[in-house]
Amino acid sequence: MSKERIGVYVCHCGSNIAGTVDVAEVSRWAGEALKDRGVVVSRDYKFMCSSLGQELIQKDIQEQGLTRVVVAACSPHLHEQTFRNACKEGGLNPYLCELVSIREQCSWIHPDKAVGTEKAKAIVSGGVEKVIWDEPLEPLRVPINPVTLVVGGGIAGIQAALEVANAGYPVIMVEREPSIGGHMAQFDKTFPTLDCAACILTPRMVEVGSHPNVKLFTYAEVTNVSGYVGNFQVTIKQKARSVDTDLCTGCGICQEKCPKKVIDPVFEAGLGYRKAVYTPFPQAVPKYPVIDRENCTYFLKGTCRACEKFCPTGAIDFTQEDEYFTVDVGQIILATGWDLFDARRIPQYGYGRLANVFTSLEFERLTNAAGPTGGKVVLRDGVTVPKSVAIIHCVGSRDKNYNPYCSAICCMQSLKFAHLVHERTGAEVYNFYIDMRTPAKGYEEFYQRVLEEGTHFIRGKVAEITDAARYPGEEGKLIVQAENTLVGKQMRVPVDMVILSAALEPRHDFKEVARLFGISCSEEGWLIERHPKLDPVATMTEGIYIAGCAQGPKDIPASVAQGAAAAARVVGKIQQKEITMEPIRASINQDKCSGCRICNNMCPFNAISFIEDRMVSEVNPALCQGCGTCVAACPAGAISGTVFSDQAILAQLDGLLLNNLKAIDLTPA
Amino acid sequence: MSTVSVSLTQEGSRKKSFLEEVIEHTPGDCRLSSCIQCGTCGGSCPSGQDMDHTPRAIFAMISAGLKKDVLKSNTPWFCVSCYYCMVRCPQSVHITDIMYTLKRLAIQEKMYDDSKAPDFSKTFIEWVENYGRAFELGLMSMHMIKHNPFGVFKMAGMGMGMISKGRMAFTPTRIKGMDSLKAILNKAKELEAMA
Amino acid sequence: MKYSYFPGCSLERNASAYHVSAMAIAEPLGMEFIEVDDWNCCGATEYISLNLTASYALIARNLAQASKETSTKQLVAPCSACYLNLKKCDAYMKESPSLEEKINTALAAGGLSYKGGTLKVRHLLDVVVNDIGYDAIAAKVTKPLKGLRVAPYYGCMIVRPKLGENGTFDNPEYPTTLDKLLKVLGATVIDFPLKAHCCGGHMTQISESTGFELIRRLIKGATDYKADLIVTLCPMCQLNLDAFQGAMNSHFNTSYHMPVLYFTQMIGLAFGMDAASLGIGTELVDARAALAKIGVEVPEAELVVKKPPKEALPMPSMPEEK
Repeated sequence: MSKERIGVYVCHCGSNIAGTVDVAEVSRWAGEALKDRGVVVSRDYKFMCSSLGQELIQKDIQEQGLTRVVVAACSPHLHEQTFRNACKEGGLNPYLCELVSIREQCSWIHPDKAVGTEKAKAIVSGGVEKVIWDEPLEPLRVPINPVTLVVGGGIAGIQAALEVANAGYPVIMVEREPSIGGHMAQFDKTFPTLDCAACILTPRMVEVGSHPNVKLFTYAEVTNVSGYVGNFQVTIKQKARSVDTDLCTGCGICQEKCPKKVIDPVFEAGLGYRKAVYTPFPQAVPKYPVIDRENCTYFLKGTCRACEKFCPTGAIDFTQEDEYFTVDVGQIILATGWDLFDARRIPQYGYGRLANVFTSLEFERLTNAAGPTGGKVVLRDGVTVPKSVAIIHCVGSRDKNYNPYCSAICCMQSLKFAHLVHERTGAEVYNFYIDMRTPAKGYEEFYQRVLEEGTHFIRGKVAEITDAARYPGEEGKLIVQAENTLVGKQMRVPVDMVILSAALEPRHDFKEVARLFGISCSEEGWLIERHPKLDPVATMTEGIYIAGCAQGPKDIPASVAQGAAAAARVVGKIQQKEITMEPIRASINQDKCSGCRICNNMCPFNAISFIEDRMVSEVNPALCQGCGTCVAACPAGAISGTVFSDQAILAQLDGLLLNNLKAIDLTPA
Repeated sequence: MSTVSVSLTQEGSRKKSFLEEVIEHTPGDCRLSSCIQCGTCGGSCPSGQDMDHTPRAIFAMISAGLKKDVLKSNTPWFCVSCYYCMVRCPQSVHITDIMYTLKRLAIQEKMYDDSKAPDFSKTFIEWVENYGRAFELGLMSMHMIKHNPFGVFKMAGMGMGMISKGRMAFTPTRIKGMDSLKAILNKAKELEAMA
Repeated sequence: MKYSYFPGCSLERNASAYHVSAMAIAEPLGMEFIEVDDWNCCGATEYISLNLTASYALIARNLAQASKETSTKQLVAPCSACYLNLKKCDAYMKESPSLEEKINTALAAGGLSYKGGTLKVRHLLDVVVNDIGYDAIAAKVTKPLKGLRVAPYYGCMIVRPKLGENGTFDNPEYPTTLDKLLKVLGATVIDFPLKAHCCGGHMTQISESTGFELIRRLIKGATDYKADLIVTLCPMCQLNLDAFQGAMNSHFNTSYHMPVLYFTQMIGLAFGMDAASLGIGTELVDARAALAKIGVEVPEAELVVKKPPKEALPMPSMPEEK
């Protein structure tokens, strides 16, 4: 017989639970069968999470003198906090409340009501045994460092950084490329309003570059992260620029004089050239160039030094080395962006083999006034203006062979391309699509506009693109073969140019990023938000937020909205000055610890360190997130988690197996 | 065009749909219900121009329950088993396997009017069932006499060429284990009929 | 290396040149072929259109026969259709216990059994390029095919569909193994965009115009690319492109002349073997002019018109075509 006075509350959750679990029976059963285990009150109620439901608990605590509460409802992920607060309001320590899930783990997965009811009883029984072992706890409070790290200098990161900086808090931005700006800087026009991308982006870039609250690291990467929300330590690797930024004025003479021209695979998407010493584009922020050591003649052969010779301020420094900086930050926003799908993976589309098949990013550069052709839409020979152009949607998206998801932006991007081709060449344009998706503001209207411009829309996923002429009239053309599914006939459309609207993919190094920051990513590699609807920019790791395409494919307005949302979350936290943390922590019994150090590397939060002089491991409670990995891994059984001690878990198992109904004493000594 | 309706039995429970029937008769997980009607199959098909309906259209018709129209269609009989559709399908639908299923169902239900293609398969297999190996000359001559007596003239040069180059035999080869093979095939047909 | 060898009906007859040349290069390449005892037809693409269980049982009898061979578990088929049928049957039996059980019930009636996954089914090209390897082949080349422009032609069933865990040994859309092999032999290999397109399969028998159109596309493609000849690896493809080329020409009123040889014949030629010993000369579209470019002489084909044996089925009598 337990000395505790336990209240059990079974939620109907409308019909979510009551549909497949006889909740009244579960409540009745708990009151009778678990009476000996200390259950003094047992009720069922339509919505326990409602104010009335919560008041029910509070009232019982006060009137019946409850010392423990078990709520059988949905996942703790959703309402644990609700019921803990209810207990607190009723005067009970919130950690003496257990929420057990009879919805996600029971009613939603069992079609049979009898089975569901029996399982719900077992789950409640387990909860009762567990709650007996719970102890009153106080939440941990830690101060928060107001400095915020933003990783990635694309439009999402820029927006986030500016929001935080303008709120008056310091920001450190780290960007891998020599300039911020991201993919948006490569575009000429943006849909659906056809604003000039540079005109709207570069003012923001300049603001970041000159903001007193922003410290900018470009040509840099984060190499290590430790600590926890409010108190992260981050190591930043500043790659050697080979240019002294204190002396450089950004005059550009070095680029002019550099004799080494190389294809630019990043900013020009492989369609244009840059020098070995370069800024990716004229409006780059910062204005300082970098020397690409893999291509620089001096670094390859030891001679040249043309840039050094001509630099009016003596800013070229071949001796620079990579530098590492360690910074303390309170919170982190990841806006690491996306990579373009490699269209060569679809051989039947001929990219890489057929000269006049272009990717979407190549076409963006082709239309850009600052691009390799000065904005002229021409074939790869650099002169011929196409008379007919095919634009292929869903290349590498919505395809189980490559990426199953919809890349979200391709329809609108392809419509924009159709418009630009019309405007600049007057060519016939054929858009091959599976489904036209134009769901945001002004998008459908843009589709209407492109329809009116005379673009041919063919509903059918393209089967292949070939230069093998089959019929007269096809010679020397690219033939796009597809089924026009609205007609039900196969078509071969000979064109001069093909543009592939290639998928947006997670960054190639997504696994490394996820590991570095201790967050999880989806099967495809997108960083996972805390809740897909209600918490879209937070992650399961406190203090780390995500914004922009790192979280999933999205367009500019959505990326900007997420950047701002992440910033709002960050600023909100900073203003609280300190952070409340779950007191659920692991602790190591140093008498039992053998010093094997297995737990040290397993901890995803780097919370365990080894004390050399005593030859034992120790958990830093401020870093520990209570995940339990070490508890399970410890071969000596020396680690236990607060409220998740071995005894408490075994007791819960006994409860689940209904061993507690037998005459065995399971009560804590 | 006729209206499509989902038929209900008196108890209100749905009869097995044609879609379900096709899926059931195709080995493995053919994923037909995942079709998104993108037309990659119809675009890829080398003999697509000669089909009554593209494979994609056939799948829409299967889904709409137009069994008669599907089984009367020449589409599966024009499938050349090149498997382009199958490797390109963004939903990994086993299109070629489904075409074989439609051929079997059409023969079973005696729906397909032009007997040329089914007869070719049958004649081919008759030799195999009786000798254990295929017999080109027998097959081609028997098939042609029945279905294309005038085509014989067109093909004569080719036939004579093959014979003169020693590439066509006058007699079929019979395998040693013919009795065992017959027993196996008879048992297999029994099992198929039970399914 | 030892392999079980499944020639298939075509290699017994219309594609005997493929068989002869495969045997000729086996020895110098160190491949030992053990013919599957009393093998039967794989059913091509015909049986599966009639009867699912019987078609798999027919194929499985071959797998059962081949698995009796204790010295090797590798089963090689030179014909792409046989290769796919054998591979598919093995893969589906391994994948589906119910299918495996059903097929074994049928096999048991003939005193046989087969467990999916016992054999590894390979195409002859796969074995040549991956087991023997380009380097070993290059080392044996004595008469490089220099100056010969060849169109490598894979057809369908060697690379499609992707089956089982390992998929295919080459890219299903744009295979390259044969290209590399022919380069190793010294030929000029054209980047043939139609290399994995369909030869028409059995369509010449079902719908002539469909079949001829598919043949036309390939022959036209190779001609447009100025190939001297097409190199293939499947008897069905060879039959369609070579034997039906004349009929296709009359159908479209064209005059293409594109010889079609097997890759095994090309290996043999590059190894300095005698053309006749590789079955060259049995093709209907004369390859002599093309081969003369690399100094290969092909003797005048011996006409082997024999009197049909008395069991022979009647051939319709008809006037000789012009």
